[in-house]
Amino acid sequence: MISGKNFEDVNETKEHKSHADLAERFNRDEDRVNWHDKTLWFIREKRDKAAWQLPDWEKLRETASQIKHNVLSNLYDYLLAFEKNAQTNGATVHWASTPEEHNQIVHSIIQKHGVTNIVKSKSMLTEECHMNDYLQARGINVVDTDLGERIVQLAGEPPSHIVLPCIHWKKEEIGELFSEHLGTPKGNADPQFLTAAARQHLREKFMTSKLAITGVNFAVAETGEFVVCTNEGNADLGVQLADVHIACMGIEKIIPQRKHLGVFLRLLARSATGQPITTYSSHFKKPRPGQELHIVLLDNGRSERLGSEDFRNALKCIRCGACFNTCPVYRRSGGHSYHNAVAGPIGSILAPGLDMKHYADLPFASTLCGSCSNVCPVKIDIHDQLYKWRQVIVQQGYAPGGKKIAMQGMTAVLSDPNIFRRAGAFGRWIMRYLPFLVNNPLNPWYKQRNMPEAPAQSFRKWYSKNRKNHG
Amino acid sequence: MDSREKILSQVRKNQPGVAMLPDLNFSSSSDNIAEKFSTVLVNIGGAVLEVSGWDELHASLVTNFTNKRIVTTIPELNQRIGTVDFRQDPHLLENVALAVLPGKFAVAENGAVWITDEMMGDRALPFICENLALVIRKQDILPTLNEAYQQIGMSSYNLGTFIAGPSKTADIEQSLVLGAHGAKSLVVYLMK
Repeated sequence: MISGKNFEDVNETKEHKSHADLAERFNRDEDRVNWHDKTLWFIREKRDKAAWQLPDWEKLRETASQIKHNVLSNLYDYLLAFEKNAQTNGATVHWASTPEEHNQIVHSIIQKHGVTNIVKSKSMLTEECHMNDYLQARGINVVDTDLGERIVQLAGEPPSHIVLPCIHWKKEEIGELFSEHLGTPKGNADPQFLTAAARQHLREKFMTSKLAITGVNFAVAETGEFVVCTNEGNADLGVQLADVHIACMGIEKIIPQRKHLGVFLRLLARSATGQPITTYSSHFKKPRPGQELHIVLLDNGRSERLGSEDFRNALKCIRCGACFNTCPVYRRSGGHSYHNAVAGPIGSILAPGLDMKHYADLPFASTLCGSCSNVCPVKIDIHDQLYKWRQVIVQQGYAPGGKKIAMQGMTAVLSDPNIFRRAGAFGRWIMRYLPFLVNNPLNPWYKQRNMPEAPAQSFRKWYSKNRKNHG
Repeated sequence: MDSREKILSQVRKNQPGVAMLPDLNFSSSSDNIAEKFSTVLVNIGGAVLEVSGWDELHASLVTNFTNKRIVTTIPELNQRIGTVDFRQDPHLLENVALAVLPGKFAVAENGAVWITDEMMGDRALPFICENLALVIRKQDILPTLNEAYQQIGMSSYNLGTFIAGPSKTADIEQSLVLGAHGAKSLVVYLMK
């Protein structure tokens, strides 16, 4: 067991603890929360610096959003065109309605080639499908090759961030983990040294794997090619040394034409980490001579969401993670508190579409401050959708019990001016003379914060005394 | 109904009314474009060297790689460096200390160089080599990715990639480390 880390957190997500419970656990270590918060804010600031260097930034966001809107409105034709062009390029295209079907398809390709060791570069879609677990249960050894993903994989955890999978890990803990799994000397926590050790460890995997799985950042309907972006070069190295390449993508990853990549690649890395572009942006059109290329298209609720005017915009997401880095709740609650492959604000509007009951807590894991929508490179109305999901969840009866009672109480108070006035006076009196009634752990507002001092009078009283006659 | 039909029919039923594609008109400036490219590339961990001919380029290459395996796909350098049979197993390129490859053009706003498969020798080479040098003509620097894709147009590559700097990661506490899985260093030679 590695000090400071709480592995039960992750296991308990399976038993469906709520975001609030998991966040509370994360908040027990105040120093870690502050460090996590600061690290992510630092990345948000890098994003701002990169964005402000482009005079066209806002225009790019608007253009990207419009292109994605066109994609959603024309997805049927684009999917057919992509399929046809990809087939002409020599790829085999598969369609999967569900994660199970996706995993079966991938497994059958692996089986056909009799492969047991495979390398995988970052793909949130395969996380969404819990593909690693599926394959591992069938005797396939899947190695995640992105450094951050390999770290969490060795620790038996899911990524806590879609772009920065081990952002919640400290280097000393990674040093211990590597010492245990890769045999590095104990106590060495130098990032340069640890990265070199991982390079050596993973190079051996690249050299011996006959099959590589990648995600897809963008798939071009016009040409049948797709683009994969990495900084490490792990997708490229895996694919170019393998006999078989399987690329897994959601049906919403389509863009109309090659030239539109110019818009999205200008936005993606700047939004994600503040880099002008990722080190490698590879456009896979035709497989290597002799190589097999498979593309798996996954639906998993996307085509249904397309029909929802309120929620379809979430399909525009390019998975940059900017909304995570800016979110005051994500920064202080950690990725695992969202108990979903995609955490953060975007995860909180995607997840309830898949299972409203299981993820009923996530749209409430927000202050609705709107910062997510402000940084989103494709201008998804994330905070509006969070708000709308709350309404749907309450209407469908999935709101958490305590929240339901509180809401009914608030409805009674707010709908009657007399009760409202008396409740206010009562509350101020309690806070002044019996503060222990509110300053105790039974009051959720008292958690991790102190209650304010009660004002001497209500705003209504103050107003009638001071302002009423001043017109 | 199989999944393909099921997904497609649901998409057709649910997709909203047609929205038009926007124009792609963005501002760009070619002022001090080579300096801008250099500044950006150096910031992301790469290096830029201007050379006036193949002899100078070759001399610069070999200083740091004496007795190491250098591989190139540039005909002008083949006499000086030698040739490789790229029909062999790509795994055999693992001991390449330096690969010298031509780029089609570079992009000033992000330090990226565009390279396609026919310039790579083997598609694994730019990624498996320990160090990478890309050579472009100095006049082939474009301001932004918007111009880059105009230049790429509908050209028919099998694999094309933008390479911007050396392979890197910041996955351990946001500390930038060069040389994650791909090339540990990248030099772009600008041929005058």
